Amino acid sequence: MATLRIPTPLRAYTGGNNEITVSGNTVGDALNDLVTIYPALRPHLYNGEGSLRPFVNLFLGENNIKDLQGLATPVSENDRLLLIPSIAGG
Amino acid sequence: MLPGLSHEEILRYSRHLLIPEVGLEGQRRLKAASVLVIGTGGLGSPVALYLAAAGVGRIGLVDYDVVDYSNLQRQVIHGSSTLGILKVESARNRMLDLNPDIQVDVYNEPFTSYNAMQIARDYDLIIDGTDNFPTRYLTNDLCVLTGKPNVYGSIFRFDGQVSVFDARRGPCYRCLFPEPPPPGLVPSCAEGGVLGVLPGTIGTLQATEALKLILGIGDPLIGKLLLYNALDMSFDFVNLRKNPNCKVCSPEPEVTELIDYEAFCGVPGHDHEEGTVGEGWDITVTELAERMQTGNHLRLLDVREPHELEISHLEGATLIPLGQLASRLSELDSAEDMVVFCKAGTRSARALELLLSAGFRKVKNLKGGINAWAKEVDPSLPIY
Repeated sequence: MATLRIPTPLRAYTGGNNEITVSGNTVGDALNDLVTIYPALRPHLYNGEGSLRPFVNLFLGENNIKDLQGLATPVSENDRLLLIPSIAGG
Repeated sequence: MLPGLSHEEILRYSRHLLIPEVGLEGQRRLKAASVLVIGTGGLGSPVALYLAAAGVGRIGLVDYDVVDYSNLQRQVIHGSSTLGILKVESARNRMLDLNPDIQVDVYNEPFTSYNAMQIARDYDLIIDGTDNFPTRYLTNDLCVLTGKPNVYGSIFRFDGQVSVFDARRGPCYRCLFPEPPPPGLVPSCAEGGVLGVLPGTIGTLQATEALKLILGIGDPLIGKLLLYNALDMSFDFVNLRKNPNCKVCSPEPEVTELIDYEAFCGVPGHDHEEGTVGEGWDITVTELAERMQTGNHLRLLDVREPHELEISHLEGATLIPLGQLASRLSELDSAEDMVVFCKAGTRSARALELLLSAGFRKVKNLKGGINAWAKEVDPSLPIY
């Protein structure tokens, strides 16, 4: 079970939880598990066609999954996933 | 040839001169440096104060706003005595009080594709302390096109991000965020709020990175993004790679000059709540007050968050937070006359778009929100 860290802007959709334990062998599976637990998150992560929205950045440990194997990147026990939001406040 | 330091300056900067990594030469580098700070709000406040105190010889400030009461919870460069004064003037006065030996140039105008190149031309380094997506993409593209480092900082509620985007040596902002989020998906600080000390933390980190870049010491945050969360007191670092297909910093870029960033992001280049839908879908607070006096049935729909009701509320209004509206449309009757409101009109404008797309036609957006109501109709309510 990997953990997925939720940034403040998205915590409104996870009941305020900041770290969610997710299951799955790949990043895609883990994300699917996340939106199954918190369906309100789905429109913020996926577009209508079911692919990840382009402004959503997901990191496995210190690396962007775009630089790994995308949603097919394998996830193992104790891995940490980070969702990085686009924020603009100043 | 670096400028020399007077005896007064040597005394002023003695704590810097004592650090071998800075020393006399470093301090002279700071004196020779020029930094442009975009925005003199939450992030710009600590950035401008610390750069001034550190003796950065020339600091430019871009902002077109005036100091507002609601700024003072976090914008510590301003004060009660400068309320209503131009932010760039208020900031310059404070900076020159802290350090009269520096030069502060002010640009009291919006930072746009038309003036950005001209304003930034004479500065070595740009600090992004803006409060909106269009100006962030503008600042990034400007820095990529002119080969200047962009010290980036951004905040929301309890979250902060810091990086140094220097496309000559690493990725740019667009490599991480190729596209802005759709309008309305990410609330601004004016809508969503921000912990007052957060820009202090993030802006101070930006100032640190700027000083390191000028001095040429340490490891700058190039190719790294710092993620800070005040609630968890967590600092996470992630690696950023250059996107080989980046539209602005790749070898074959699509963007070769500044574009229309408001059109690109679909939102205005400022963080003011506009509170209007236009095209006949607005109702003013005076019109609403008159309409309510007729006694005819009217549904008031409040799309703010529940905790905002404690600050102010309108009697008899139905509360459905904007985020829940799409899934709770069945609670509303499209045959009813309805006025939608929020704090200042931004969220209700979005709610109206949603209602219109769902077939509602007897709906109006309260222009200026409950704050306008408090100002013009019911002064017993506070403005927030």
